[in-house]
Amino acid sequence: MLNTDNIRSRQERSALPKWLVQSDFVVDRDESRCIQCEVCARQCANEVHELDADIMEMFSESELCVGCHRCVSLCPTNAVSVREVELDFRPNSNWTAPMIRNVYKQAEHGGVLLTGMGNPEELPVYWDRMLLNASQVTNPSIDPLREPMELLTHLGEKPQALEFDENGALKTQIAPQLELHVPVMFSAMSYGSISYHASIALAQAAHEVGTYANTGEGGLHEDIAEYADNMIVQVASGRFGVDADYLNAAAAVEIKIGQGAKPGIGGHLPGEKVDAEISATRMIPQGTDALSPAPHHDIYSIEDLRQLIFAIKEATRYRKPVGVKIAAVHHVAAIASGAVRAGADFVAIDGYRGGTGAAPTMIRDNVGIPIEFATAAVDARLREEGIRHEASLIVAGSFRCAADVVKAIALGADACYIGTAALVAMGCHLCQKCYTGKCNWGIATQDPALTRRLNPNIATRRLVNVLESWSHEIQEIMGGMGINAIESLRGNRDHIRGVNMSDRELAILGISAAGE
Amino acid sequence: MRIDASGLHYRELNQMIHEAVNDGEFELFLDNVLGHRYIGTGLKSGVRIEISGTPGNDLAAFMDGAEIIVNSNAQDGTGNTMNAGSIAISGDAGDILGHSMRGGAIFVEGLVGYRCGIHCKAYRERLPVIVVGTTAGDYLGEYMGGGVIVVLNRENADRSPVGRYCGTGMHGGMMFVRGEIEEYQLGAEVAVEEVTGQDAEMLEAIILDYCATFDIDPARFSTEDFVKLYPWSSRPYGNLYAY
Repeated sequence: MLNTDNIRSRQERSALPKWLVQSDFVVDRDESRCIQCEVCARQCANEVHELDADIMEMFSESELCVGCHRCVSLCPTNAVSVREVELDFRPNSNWTAPMIRNVYKQAEHGGVLLTGMGNPEELPVYWDRMLLNASQVTNPSIDPLREPMELLTHLGEKPQALEFDENGALKTQIAPQLELHVPVMFSAMSYGSISYHASIALAQAAHEVGTYANTGEGGLHEDIAEYADNMIVQVASGRFGVDADYLNAAAAVEIKIGQGAKPGIGGHLPGEKVDAEISATRMIPQGTDALSPAPHHDIYSIEDLRQLIFAIKEATRYRKPVGVKIAAVHHVAAIASGAVRAGADFVAIDGYRGGTGAAPTMIRDNVGIPIEFATAAVDARLREEGIRHEASLIVAGSFRCAADVVKAIALGADACYIGTAALVAMGCHLCQKCYTGKCNWGIATQDPALTRRLNPNIATRRLVNVLESWSHEIQEIMGGMGINAIESLRGNRDHIRGVNMSDRELAILGISAAGE
Repeated sequence: MRIDASGLHYRELNQMIHEAVNDGEFELFLDNVLGHRYIGTGLKSGVRIEISGTPGNDLAAFMDGAEIIVNSNAQDGTGNTMNAGSIAISGDAGDILGHSMRGGAIFVEGLVGYRCGIHCKAYRERLPVIVVGTTAGDYLGEYMGGGVIVVLNRENADRSPVGRYCGTGMHGGMMFVRGEIEEYQLGAEVAVEEVTGQDAEMLEAIILDYCATFDIDPARFSTEDFVKLYPWSSRPYGNLYAY
């Protein structure tokens, strides 16, 4: 019999006690305001606050605080506040406090640093270096409140030319399309990474507004199947919850190759999060890790990608658009071109700011390229090759506002995916601790005591409000440019000017400098 | 119903199959199949397809209950993400047979290529079973999360019937292998033990089923000649991250 004990002990090495790891935040309490109601204690899944009943005084363990502001928001007397630790190390612009803290953490644990949400580092946000145009005198602007302003967007393969018979009826067969009333969709967020309530809210909001939500690789929960006409289902390397019914239930299928927050690596949903409901949706046994390998093991080339795309088209009898999601990395234009030639009806590209429920910090903060460059490069490449009409381009990776969306469409995108913005709409405070499963806002958790905090109908309302207000803003900006249909904005880079950019950056984005 | 596949594109052939099935046909014979892909994709139970010739890649992808008989070899990706049903191959099969398979059975009379049974799963009443007649390539049962893989080593190969990295990333399910395996061939997550009790009963039942399919004498196989490979943890990477 073989002995695997040595392997086991290597993997089960024990962590050292926490010694040098320090708090990120300080919890302050104004004793004159505190009424010892214990709301803060009940609301904090990280167990920061505690009442000492003997002396009727609340105490806070700052080192457990993640800075999610749940207690601050819910304290009825505004007694609690949270601030960053101001000076815990001697100032050093190379060895910053987070760098030092991470080394301490790893020295004590020996593991890979894990984090959540998108890359927060001080790297340039190119949206903020792009400014939009507006009409003055020569091309009158349009008032969207009084004049028609078309945002309707179709995603899918478009014919190169249209043919009609002698009676004027259309002869060309149009490939299956997704129809969006606003060019913004909800990005892939699996049931498992987010709660049941959050998942259902995304589906309901997509249905109400006339756009799409994406199941991620978590499978399609039976209650969400009701909104399947507004759902895109994902096929990822783990193939969780994927069967013929799943593929045929949704409006479109997306093959997930990569994700902006963690290009090139797979995902692990830890076994403790795989409860009965998640087990049923992912179709795996309860309590086992849901491991998504880094690659799809049936895809080692563009030809193999084509094979899977057409396997899905065969399984859906060619009735659904089938797309491919990739992370924005070096040579993204060539990769996207390959995906289009492989038969993708849409290509989704996720930039390096894209969010996640869990990713290794080193990957999230250091791998990938900005979505602004990827959008411009891919659109330009597909046009050069004469295949831009063969697939729609969806871009993702931290769209924070309507102006970001307008800029992306002007750079050449057909639509955007929002993930973080949708979570923020539901109450997320970006504490980046999604991977702990202790989301105090009830979004990225499966703990029933926490998920209860998110009312799905209110969350739906908030999501709809954001999409509707962004629609209005997009219309206002377009009207200002003298454009009355989003089709005329798409790839219209003449409406963008760059500031604070090098010639090379301007050239890749295909835009002129401000003043030109 | 017989369909002559010669000269047909896979899309035409598959459309003919789908139309026949929609019209209530429950038994199809495909002749002169030559690398046609995706045969049986997504088909539900109540249909039997017998294939003469060599079916192409992704045979029975997402298949959901149908029965497929292949009278010769199969290529790569057989039973990709298959949910239910059965496939019997009277010959060899290529790489990634049974990729992410969730249920049903695939019996191969000969050998299989690399990464057979990768990411096999199990769920409730669904238990995928893959039986390899002779030998399997490297990475057998990689990332396996459920189900059963049996390597019969029918011809008593003079080398190990499995390759290297067997069971790498395994976190569920089990494999039964008849023949020698050295430690270096196993993934770090794999433990080994003798086949006893319920495992032996299950293995015996699978062998009987397989032997009946290919008309082989089951007395040739004794469960004592097999070793069981299984993951020592359902959470192999639980300690990987610093929280």
